[in-house]
Amino acid sequence: MRTTIHKVLLTLALGVVTSTSLAQDLLITNAQLLSQNGSYNANIDILIEDGVIAEMGVGLEASSNTPVLDADGKPVTPAFFAGLTVSGLSDVELVSESVDSGYSDLFTDTMHPEFDVRVAYNPHSSIVPITRVEGFGYALLAATSRDHTLSGTGGLVRFDGGFGSFEGRDVLFVSAGGWSGDRVGGSRAVHWMLLEQAVAESKGGDLEIISRQGRETLKRVMKDGVVLFHAERAADIMQALRFIADNRLRGVIAGASEGWMVADALASASVPVIINALDNLPASFDSLGARLDNAALLHSAGVEVMFTSNETHNARKVRQVAGNAVANGLPHEVAIAAMTTTPARVFGGQDRSLRVGNRADLVIWGGDPLEVNAVAKQVVINGKLDSMRSRQTLLRDRYLPESPAMPRAYIKP
Amino acid sequence: MTLRTRLVGALALSITAYVAAEPFPSQYQALESSPTLIKNATVLTGTGERLEQTDVLLRDGQIAWVGEGELPAEVEVVDATGRWLTPGIIDVHSHLGVYPSPGVDAHSDGNEATAPVTAEVWAEHSVWPQDPGFNRALAGGITSLQILPGSANLFGGRGVTLKNIPATAYQAMKFPGAPHGLKMACGENPKRVYGDRNSAPSTRMGNLAAYRTAWIKAQKYIREWEEYERKIAEASKTSSESDDSDGSAMALAAALNKPPTRDLELETLAGALKGEILVHMHCYRADEMLTILDMADEFGYKVGTFHHGVEAYKIADRLAENNVCGALWADWWGFKMEAYDGIQENIALVDRPQNSCAIVHSDSEEGIQRLNQEAAKVMARADVVGMDIPPERAIRWITANAAKSLGILDKTGTITAGKMADVVIWNQNPFSVYAKADQVFVDGALLYDRSDASKQPVSDFELGQLLEARQ
Repeated sequence: MRTTIHKVLLTLALGVVTSTSLAQDLLITNAQLLSQNGSYNANIDILIEDGVIAEMGVGLEASSNTPVLDADGKPVTPAFFAGLTVSGLSDVELVSESVDSGYSDLFTDTMHPEFDVRVAYNPHSSIVPITRVEGFGYALLAATSRDHTLSGTGGLVRFDGGFGSFEGRDVLFVSAGGWSGDRVGGSRAVHWMLLEQAVAESKGGDLEIISRQGRETLKRVMKDGVVLFHAERAADIMQALRFIADNRLRGVIAGASEGWMVADALASASVPVIINALDNLPASFDSLGARLDNAALLHSAGVEVMFTSNETHNARKVRQVAGNAVANGLPHEVAIAAMTTTPARVFGGQDRSLRVGNRADLVIWGGDPLEVNAVAKQVVINGKLDSMRSRQTLLRDRYLPESPAMPRAYIKP
Repeated sequence: MTLRTRLVGALALSITAYVAAEPFPSQYQALESSPTLIKNATVLTGTGERLEQTDVLLRDGQIAWVGEGELPAEVEVVDATGRWLTPGIIDVHSHLGVYPSPGVDAHSDGNEATAPVTAEVWAEHSVWPQDPGFNRALAGGITSLQILPGSANLFGGRGVTLKNIPATAYQAMKFPGAPHGLKMACGENPKRVYGDRNSAPSTRMGNLAAYRTAWIKAQKYIREWEEYERKIAEASKTSSESDDSDGSAMALAAALNKPPTRDLELETLAGALKGEILVHMHCYRADEMLTILDMADEFGYKVGTFHHGVEAYKIADRLAENNVCGALWADWWGFKMEAYDGIQENIALVDRPQNSCAIVHSDSEEGIQRLNQEAAKVMARADVVGMDIPPERAIRWITANAAKSLGILDKTGTITAGKMADVVIWNQNPFSVYAKADQVFVDGALLYDRSDASKQPVSDFELGQLLEARQ
């Protein structure tokens, strides 16, 4: 019980720091940083001024009113990437009025690349802090109208509580597998038929399957954005690579459980993948080749790998996904990059590495950041110490005391 | 043979058909094994102990001894120095085989979602043994698992406990002597499935009314059989005490007392009321679980295990007091309204009271492959709030407590002499993302070896797939 009190006090002390208005200045001492080659540099101090990393080195000093946080030699990384999620677009998956990530039964037959989920984003959803306290600073907000060839548009979102915390390129979500074949006419070939037609219409002439706004979005995304294709099967990935090459797109493949089979083609096209490294079963006839070392094989062929857990409420599970990729052969430092800097670069966001001049979005971990037996000790977003509180930690703290005298509704931690 | 003995024999047979005969009996046979000495392992016994640098002998399918004992003349020696040994991992909630991979509609055999009460169906009749998920689970150390019907129905049907060995039909996997389970479901699923069709139940109160109606029918069914058996027993007694050498008294009794018609639905429910079938109750909300416990009191049956129990932490003391297990996830939440209050300390808080029975379950073809990691996540969250849960305690969540929930703790679930030699050797402390099952033994037979492809089973479905891609 003593440990508990000690930890609670520590949390409270940090909480006091958070509430000061100067909180965006901070000195973190004695951090363990992962360098490019995978080794750790111990005893590094990080000085943050106005939310930005101002200085990094050994034995830094700050002005007397700058809060100091001792990392105690623990690993410090950039804040993690939560993967493809609909965080802030969905409170409860089966409560349809709380879900805004996809459209269906629109009154037209046309496709809507201009359907942009970012206008529906709610930073106040309890999912945002629930995910953030686990060490996550940003995610890819996805359009999930997966019964359509073109699901819509999304992009990177920062979990900093802001209404407009978006950055990076527009990302267009495209279905390219068998998963939605039935809804678009019973064959995955229809996807390519419709995509070719949409591309043709975006270049001019009569509009039949996209609207005028859709034409503008498609033109813009094909030129400056990222086009993300959901595809698991090797043959579908090859079709996507052809389409990407024909149209000179910035393409990404999501899913890619058979990616390892076409790893060389992905590498030579410089098309990154975003995968769930736990997929190792033939979940459908699209993924007969799913295997646990997909990430390792893709990486060793030269493909840039990122991770997703295919979850929103439990998006935090992606840390376990990355850990399992390492357990199955992916170098640890590559997995850390996949969880921090790689997605920001691929989707055109800010540089998220821990360097002077970069925004201070970082995490102090209790142990190996990819381990299931370690947790985020302290999250720092925009130089601010996170309260490390979420609806779930409050529920926990309400039910932690044994046999309270009054009903627990009176315990408001 | 006299008429009388023939009649008595026939009567005895009909009663036996109701009471004892086991249809679809287990045809499980342990695979061939040779005596194996596992040397110098860190042993998590499943009884709460951790033994360092300990030897374990597997012989004749059993754990022969732990620590020291007599060695057979010929013995395979496995050096487990630096490695960890645990009981075989047990998942109390799986749909492998009934919702197999590939998850195509033709394979969707887990929910008989055509009526809210389908206690008459048995999950085992849906199990496809070629589901590749069984072999993946084996690689994660799973040696026993319960296959349950889904949760669309109030009474979903019987669950079956299997040993995780590759087989052509489920009978050869069926855990010998394990009781059946009865899958029941609370809350949103039944009321959504049937409410959406404008039929009952469409509310939680509708759920309760329908359970109670079914239990009342089952009570009547039990009474009818008891009444019949009593009359036959009386006639048999009269017959043996009086001069009934021609068997006419027995014949009369048989003529006057027809056995009740067998009813598969009520047979299952009656088995649950009598405690012969263990009740596995899918339930998320704390208030609903307490209501269910009251209903169990009303009808005099026992809820063995609440499954999913995302709010179980709110009633951890009540679960322990009632000797009810909680089979739970480490962190899954929010996918529906009744899962909104999930916390990552749920299992740790359910584990906290005296006499608790916390279990990590999967309900997932992915999760079943790494229950050790799921447990590790709980330990890490517990540590944050000052609850120090050592490996020797946490291992019980995926071994002994799970075995207790399934009614097989007397046979497996701990590293104890005389129990089935269901054992996993891990490359390290199993509560890590980097931990892997090196070797998995079921009844002493080495069924999986991570470093030996010849000891890694492949299902018929996966054989020969993607030959073109592998050229």
